[in-house]
Amino acid sequence: MKFLIGLATFIVVIVGVVVFLVSPWPGLLLLALVLGLWMSLTRRGQQAASVTAIGVSTLRERLGSSAVIVVGIAGVVAVLVAMLAMANGYRETLRRTGGEDTAIVLRGASASEVSSVLGHDAAVVIAQAPGIARDEQGRPIASPELVVAANLPMKGGNPEEDFGSVQLRGIGEMAWKLRTNAKIVEGRRFTPGLRELVAGRGAQRQFDGLEVDHEIKLGNQTWKIVGIFESNDAMESELWGDADVVGPTYRPNGANSSTSVFARLTGPEAFEPFKAALVSDPRLQVDVETTVDYFSKQSEGTSKVITAIGIVVGAIMAIGAVFGALNTMFAAVATRAREIATLRAIGFRGVPVVIAIMLETMLLALVGGVLGGLVAWLVFNGYTASTLAAGTTGQLTFQFNVAPSVLWTGLKWALAIGFIGGLYPALRAARLPVTTALREL
Amino acid sequence: MANLVEIRNVSKVYERGKQKVEVLHHIELDIAKGDFLALMGPSGSGKTTLLNLIGGLDSPTDGSISVGGERIDRLGEGALAKWRSEHVGFIFQFYNLLPMLSAQKNVELPLLLTNLSAAQRRKNASIALQLVGLAERAAHKPTELSGGQQQRVAIARAIVSDPDLLVCDEPTGDLDRQSAEDVLGLLQTLNREHGKTIIMVTHDPKAAEYASHTLHLDKGTLVEQQGLRAEG
Ligand SMILES: Nc1ncnc2c1ncn2[C@@H]1O[C@H](COP(=O)(O)OP(=O)(O)OP(=O)(O)O)[C@@H](O)[C@H]1O
Ligand SMILES: [Mg+2]
Repeated sequence: MKFLIGLATFIVVIVGVVVFLVSPWPGLLLLALVLGLWMSLTRRGQQAASVTAIGVSTLRERLGSSAVIVVGIAGVVAVLVAMLAMANGYRETLRRTGGEDTAIVLRGASASEVSSVLGHDAAVVIAQAPGIARDEQGRPIASPELVVAANLPMKGGNPEEDFGSVQLRGIGEMAWKLRTNAKIVEGRRFTPGLRELVAGRGAQRQFDGLEVDHEIKLGNQTWKIVGIFESNDAMESELWGDADVVGPTYRPNGANSSTSVFARLTGPEAFEPFKAALVSDPRLQVDVETTVDYFSKQSEGTSKVITAIGIVVGAIMAIGAVFGALNTMFAAVATRAREIATLRAIGFRGVPVVIAIMLETMLLALVGGVLGGLVAWLVFNGYTASTLAAGTTGQLTFQFNVAPSVLWTGLKWALAIGFIGGLYPALRAARLPVTTALREL
Repeated sequence: MANLVEIRNVSKVYERGKQKVEVLHHIELDIAKGDFLALMGPSGSGKTTLLNLIGGLDSPTDGSISVGGERIDRLGEGALAKWRSEHVGFIFQFYNLLPMLSAQKNVELPLLLTNLSAAQRRKNASIALQLVGLAERAAHKPTELSGGQQQRVAIARAIVSDPDLLVCDEPTGDLDRQSAEDVLGLLQTLNREHGKTIIMVTHDPKAAEYASHTLHLDKGTLVEQQGLRAEG
């Protein structure tokens, strides 16, 4: 029977914590408001408030033992926030790469650009589809592009051994009109027809030798770097060259001159007709997506993995922190058993005592959460990382993004840990008969 | 005079694992309003147990206890807590003050359970501290007070909400002679001049002399003795 009650409480607690973790902030605000009203308006609430005030006012004098809770929870939150910030930054970078008003066309059933092929004829047909924006000279802003994977020595590694995979994108003139956010920040654009490249800022950070006027070897060809560009998105991790040079180099038979066609649409509303026209065209067999959808999908798998790892690591650490908090609070409650018993002898009720101990623990947890979030933010916000070359795409450079939503998640975890860590000691303090507690010295 | 406390056929059984120990056997006891009763007896005879029953900290296994006409053995835990806060003041051997709070704040504690305003609480606590002669120590923490002073603060806390009944478990057990006499004198004043009914457990026959009469408890049974009067 006792076991069943224990089990039931445990399940209620776990369910409660999960609901708490997934509930949005207005729900939690409401909860805090209800608690606040209860504490200011009802008699028991006022008791709880005064007992809490006593506990909290003495926290400073018990700082040594309380520090275990704060530091433990700060550690959990820091790790969790860092992992979530990583996933968030990765997702953001890829999402930024796309837009609602640009579309990507790939051969049907291609998972990504690298695995897609489109012939020259197809590219011409696609450029004539309805809904494509036009430049000053009235030409459709459609950019057939050829993406290939190349290997380059990593920065700081052994130039003979440590190679990483970089995406080399062959583009035409239209690509610059399509990607207005891509700006040359050093040097100049490549000259059409020449074996010249511009390198993204992110790629430059990752790989060796990507400096203006340097020559690099891709396979057995030598290319000259003539410029560096910034676009503040996933494109920054790439090298760009003339499609008419990249094509013959990597696809010597010339049959499949591009892997994808990007198109700037007249607006987001132009997408559906554009897609419908291409999908129903008997000469083509293509998939059409907005670039925001495409790049989000590209990031989905990896960001899910990072998030999952973050949550698993965070959960393991959280369990440790819960035990730390339990331990500390059990000790605190034990040394304060006499005080608690005295309060109850005087006439304070059990519930206020429970609430007071829980609030005290959660306050410590909150301090830990804020501390951990702050550490993660100071250390990791804007921290630059790159993915390993994942199958179809090259290495992608992105920045950790410690967004408010990520910090908020960290705080919620901290509070949940404090809740569990405070609940059991509080229940014990409330259940212990007053006479027994007064007897124990 | 009317009885404040009426105990009828009270037994208390503790269960220690499978073993049952009857600590009090069929206790019959009346305590008159305004009485100052000393309860003596060997260690383990059940004095604290009986005192806790009268003070409503615990409930009897059998029998009835009424205090001021209320059957407290029938009250649930919550009602009992409320009843204690309104009718009983507790004084313990080790004072049980909250170490982090000043004397003033300690004395105010029971008033947090009342409807009094903060200002009124402060005022009442000050009056209580004045009554025990520690008005000028109001801001001191327990560790900055002597044992006797701490016990007087505890007495102030016990009387601040003006209960009818004071229960004291060896209130001088941890004090030197002089401090003990101060505390006992104070209790006597509270009894004589403020009409408090007092039940005091003590091992010290000299302390018992301050009471109006003394009862002896032996192995859970009451043995009544001739009352002794203290000298002024
Ligand atoms: N919660 C409990 N569980 C089991 N036994 C208990 C419990 N409380 C008290 N006892 C036992 O009941 C008996 C009476 O205890 P009590 O504390 O009332 O004695 P006492 O007369 O106050 O002794 P002392 O003078 O040492 O304070 C003792 O044998 C004690 O061990
Ligand atoms: Mg005792």
